[in-house]
Amino acid sequence: MEQRKSPVRGSAAGQLSFPNSDSRSAPHNPQRPARFHLSGPPYLLSSFSGFSPAPVQPASLLPCFFSSLEGISPKTISNIGGLHQMLSLHQHIFAAVPRDSIIALPEHDSTNKYGASFQTPGGRLLIKPAEYVELVSSMKPDFWVTLADEVPAWVSDKRNRTSVDRTLRWLDDCLSLNKTGTTIFGSIVGGSSIEERHRCAQEVAQRNVSGYWIGGFGLGESMDERAALLTAVTDNLPEDMPRHVSGLGLPEEVLQGVAAGIDLFDSTYVYHLTLGGFALTFPLERNKGDNADYQLSDSGGDDMKINLKATIYRKDTSPIVESCNCFTCQNHTKAYLNHLFNVHEMLAQTLLEIHNTHQYLGFFCSIRKAIEEGKFEQFRRNFVESRRECLFAAASSD
Amino acid sequence: MALKFEVLGRFNRARAAQLTLPHYLCQTPLFMPVGTQGTIKGLTKNQLEEIGCQIILGNTYHLALRPTSELIDELGGLHKFMNWPRALLTDSGGFQMVSLLHLADITEKGVTFQSPVDGKPMLLTPEESIQIQNRIGADIIMALDDVVRTTITGPRIEEAMYRTLRWIDRCIAAHKRPNEQNLFGIVQGGLDPVLRDICVRGLVERNLPGYAIGGLAGGEDKDSFWRVVAQCTAALPEDKPRYVMGVGYPLDIVVCSALGADMYDCVYPTRTARFGTALVPEGVLKLKHQAMANDIRPIDPMCECMVCKNYTRAYIHCLVTKDAMGSQLLSYHNLYYMMKLSRDLHSSIVEGRFPEFVCKFLQTMFPKGDVPEWVCNAMEVAGIDISSCCHEMKV
Repeated sequence: MEQRKSPVRGSAAGQLSFPNSDSRSAPHNPQRPARFHLSGPPYLLSSFSGFSPAPVQPASLLPCFFSSLEGISPKTISNIGGLHQMLSLHQHIFAAVPRDSIIALPEHDSTNKYGASFQTPGGRLLIKPAEYVELVSSMKPDFWVTLADEVPAWVSDKRNRTSVDRTLRWLDDCLSLNKTGTTIFGSIVGGSSIEERHRCAQEVAQRNVSGYWIGGFGLGESMDERAALLTAVTDNLPEDMPRHVSGLGLPEEVLQGVAAGIDLFDSTYVYHLTLGGFALTFPLERNKGDNADYQLSDSGGDDMKINLKATIYRKDTSPIVESCNCFTCQNHTKAYLNHLFNVHEMLAQTLLEIHNTHQYLGFFCSIRKAIEEGKFEQFRRNFVESRRECLFAAASSD
Repeated sequence: MALKFEVLGRFNRARAAQLTLPHYLCQTPLFMPVGTQGTIKGLTKNQLEEIGCQIILGNTYHLALRPTSELIDELGGLHKFMNWPRALLTDSGGFQMVSLLHLADITEKGVTFQSPVDGKPMLLTPEESIQIQNRIGADIIMALDDVVRTTITGPRIEEAMYRTLRWIDRCIAAHKRPNEQNLFGIVQGGLDPVLRDICVRGLVERNLPGYAIGGLAGGEDKDSFWRVVAQCTAALPEDKPRYVMGVGYPLDIVVCSALGADMYDCVYPTRTARFGTALVPEGVLKLKHQAMANDIRPIDPMCECMVCKNYTRAYIHCLVTKDAMGSQLLSYHNLYYMMKLSRDLHSSIVEGRFPEFVCKFLQTMFPKGDVPEWVCNAMEVAGIDISSCCHEMKV
């Protein structure tokens, strides 16, 4: 088992370690363990993690790049000592990624040859590679991703090709501007064109980077076409380097990514679930034929999640998930959370996010375990099929 | 009676005591944060324990509306519902009604108002208020009083005071759980010492577990405010807790404690947090100010709370208008400040250094010696020599 340690701060051996893939059960599906990145802007994560009474296991955080700049200058962040100091999260790993699907949305129409454009609450921002590198250096993340021109699936071929050319050029710019020798992940785009994905991946694989960030997903492509696009990229990347994807959040999407050889994920899945009052409830040990008690039509949920705002929970004195040992499930009931949501108290979000994050991290733990035991494909199959069964049962029970 | 009140130390009128309630053993003087709807905005119960909160206040009006007192009762009471292991206090609901609702009207029967849910005419009687509070299950419950603002003058004040006395008997009669919940009476009477005196006597006759001084903290001038507190604390029994409702600013709490009060509640620390203001020994710090954007010091370098140990002013500044976490962090710090103030008041009295504590407090808050006159007057009555902090007196 080969261990590769990336030079990350404060990590014990094995923080980013990648055992060899075990026997390949299917072509293009090396089994790799996935670590987990939490999603979204520092707001989101800060809202619980700066703060959560029972800290979630150390995991990586991806601050929203631009939103963290509103109201605080790079110089001040630098004076404070970087992100770890500012957020007082010393055990965590930070990665700086330009895209954040809540606060900084890539505006491919406005991106031009000078820089990438983002729509933020403070207006539209154009960021050039030099500015980007400067911002990143003030944050002192453990690793960072080069500036990319991300485009959605429906752009023209020409626009797509341009995005690849630009991304490669900016990658080279970022590399040459990287004076302090920090850890860089090269960005790979290519939209929904297999050829462009190949091209971009091959080019980036030739650069001197420590890992790969695969962008342009979660922006309009379907799950079906994505599988081929992912492998078009990962087939061209060296085995022993980490691969990180943004924008794949649904458990099925994560499983798809893992099957294609992705190691690190970030998305806004937990954030959006929490906003809507949804609590993750899927059992982490998924066995075929496990007939959970599905409360579907009344609860507005399914076997994966429940909506705590639903009136059936008004008097429910059980925790969100019985066996869960997160702070929220250990201390509070669905009835209390239901009340907090109904009266729009901010504690509702805090408590729910603690649970959802815990649950989601647990999912990744299960994935890693399945891979270690050589049972990933089975795990994936079971998971997807139980989900389908449940939806089928719901549809036919009406 | 479901409490024990034992005075552990004194300085003239000020006292430090141990207040034993069904759910918690408290030390007074103490400040109670307001957790209106069964939660203190955004803080978890662990954090509240960390901060040192002893009693939390819940608003009967809000809880009766959502999730309803019947539901709370069915699920085992508010302590269990919130999972708060320490003490709780509920108010009567009367004040909220009068201040939050249009067309609320007070008659002998009770408070009539329009239901905010469907506009139907409703009536909150003393009996109903107590029943709701019995269902909620707090350690201390408040009598329904006829509260008028001290800025009003005329016969209404006298009417309200006598009605409060009539209603206390109805509250006592309606109270089904005197062995688990302590019913406090509330002294009314506006700014009129004669009326206040009648009210105090009337309530003391009923031999209640504790007494509150109500109708203040509503815009009256400070000089009148402290005099009412002084009069009431002098007349209320020594061996029962005295609660000044709606107070307040740290300075007010120090003065009232010097005059012999024990318990306080106010939305100020948490509300001001949501507007970006932090409480510090010198007064307040406005985190929204541009000057904070590059200030990498903590809110208060001397403060030991989690917020001051981990975060800078600059970071909180950038959160404060945009993110819930900004107000959560400030609420945490502000409540920590209030709890520390409570602890310091208690321990300085017990350890026989109360006047020194008061002087240091005033010197820090008024470094130029410009202590307000009302404070000087109050301290004189309290028998505390603050000449070292007052500019006028120095000369």
